[in-house]
Amino acid sequence: MTHTLKRPDFDVIAGWMKAGETVLDLGCGEGELLQLLTARGLRGWGVEREPGRVLAAIENGVNVIQSNLEAGLADFEDNAFDHVVLSRTLQTVRHTQQILAEMLRVGHEAVISFPNFAYWKNRMAVLNGRMPVSDDLPYQWYDTPNVRFFTMLDFESLCNEMGIVIRDRQVLDEHGNTVTEEHNFLGSLAVYRIGRDD
Amino acid sequence: MSEQSSIGPVKAHRLALTEPITLAAGVTLPAWELAYETYGTLNAARSNAVLICHALSGHHHVAGYYADDPKNIGWWDNLIGPGKPLDTNRFFVVGVNNLGGCHGSTGPASINPATGEPWGADFPVVIVSDWVRTQARLADALSIEQWAAVVGGSLGGMQALQWTIDLPERVRHALVIAAAPRLTAENIAFNDVARQAIITDPEFHGGNFYRHHVRPTHGLRLARMLGHITYLSDDQMAEKFGRKRRPNAGSYGFGVEFEIESYLRYQGDKFAGWFDANTYLLMTKALDYFDPAEPFADDLAAALAGARAKFLVVAFTTDWRFSPARSREIVNALVKNKHAVSYAEIASQHGHDAFLMDDHYYHAVLTAYLQNIQT
Repeated sequence: MTHTLKRPDFDVIAGWMKAGETVLDLGCGEGELLQLLTARGLRGWGVEREPGRVLAAIENGVNVIQSNLEAGLADFEDNAFDHVVLSRTLQTVRHTQQILAEMLRVGHEAVISFPNFAYWKNRMAVLNGRMPVSDDLPYQWYDTPNVRFFTMLDFESLCNEMGIVIRDRQVLDEHGNTVTEEHNFLGSLAVYRIGRDD
Repeated sequence: MSEQSSIGPVKAHRLALTEPITLAAGVTLPAWELAYETYGTLNAARSNAVLICHALSGHHHVAGYYADDPKNIGWWDNLIGPGKPLDTNRFFVVGVNNLGGCHGSTGPASINPATGEPWGADFPVVIVSDWVRTQARLADALSIEQWAAVVGGSLGGMQALQWTIDLPERVRHALVIAAAPRLTAENIAFNDVARQAIITDPEFHGGNFYRHHVRPTHGLRLARMLGHITYLSDDQMAEKFGRKRRPNAGSYGFGVEFEIESYLRYQGDKFAGWFDANTYLLMTKALDYFDPAEPFADDLAAALAGARAKFLVVAFTTDWRFSPARSREIVNALVKNKHAVSYAEIASQHGHDAFLMDDHYYHAVLTAYLQNIQT
């Protein structure tokens, strides 16, 4: 299976969006997802803190706003975007509930992807006495930017607590292939489309 | 990127306009002139023209040098030239001295045809929209229907913003650097102290000092010293001057003792030696009046609703005159309109003046943005 830019979650995310819609990509990096979505007729803006990535995003011709996510999305209006994306970043955010609430304030819906700590290889690593390191969790314990460690079941339970509706879910294994059963065991990366009841 | 070099020797031009123009203040200028310079070549499609708008003390000499005065280098020469971020191999760059200026464009020191005397105090207060209109006449004269980009820092950035509101179909990109959507009370207060320093100088003569063959250099010097403090950052001043004393400075007196005092006086003297006091008053007033949101019930997003340009907004972390938060107001208003905008917040210790500096990351951001502009 071939994937866009070796980011299989991008294919999933793009599949949930339509031309003409607007998207805010939080922690947009060098703007790869926005390039993909812009090419598909969406209008997008990224938020990125790291100067080198902001520069690369400008080079890539996407709209990028240099800002710190943890400082909040207060600058954006309610329902300003059709979609708000946080890909592979939720586990690095300290104020998890606040960012989820803010994403669903400024966007009609939100898309979130994150590494599933309950993936069987991660479980094996811990059983063998070591913290997991993989393509989806590429850091050592001492240099990881991740500050929150959670599983798909944990995330779904938090959504339930916060009254957030899960509208779609795609689960991928380490190779980017879709997982169809035993998601919390076989899934390495989870991608959720969430919203609020209208 | 190709090797960077100077654009080399340049010449100033003058455009004489004989069609009268009525300014926002209600005064009509029957005939007027704009001084300008151009760098690079306008392409056949006339689609590669970039306008540089100057700030308070700037002018049309933006890049290169004069053959007969090689030390007189353009004020934004580090940005503009072959292989530089604003690459004159690709772009046709236009620098202009604003109406009311003192570098060759019609201003308070020019002769009022009605009296045969310098305009002096009678020269009308100009606002940023007046400048956009007069700059558009220069564009007409150069057969430029649409700017590939309008670029400016500080008061120049405000002009770039105003262009996108007043003449949206004539700007494809606006680079708004170290600017603000309107001045705060604190900013206006600084400007007024500067103006009071000039106006209360006995040599000012109500703005008609030309006929007395004197100049209010004392007031102008104080105005510049005050302004200069607000263009620097506390960090930078601490690092550059700290509490260092002048060699052989006296003590327990009021002479020049600390290095910062010496520096500011030098800057003030240098500026007062060549700048026109009336122009200084006009420029600060144009800053104070700048407020594109005001006609739209203070809604900046509404003011920018009709803009068609794409934007790059840049701010500097230690700029407290026009802080990053002020640039974010512009960005937020643009995003609210779903306009294309990128925003870079450059870490710099140079305060407001950072927009003039040759900072690697800052120039890389400008290069990246400008390279993507189609010509």
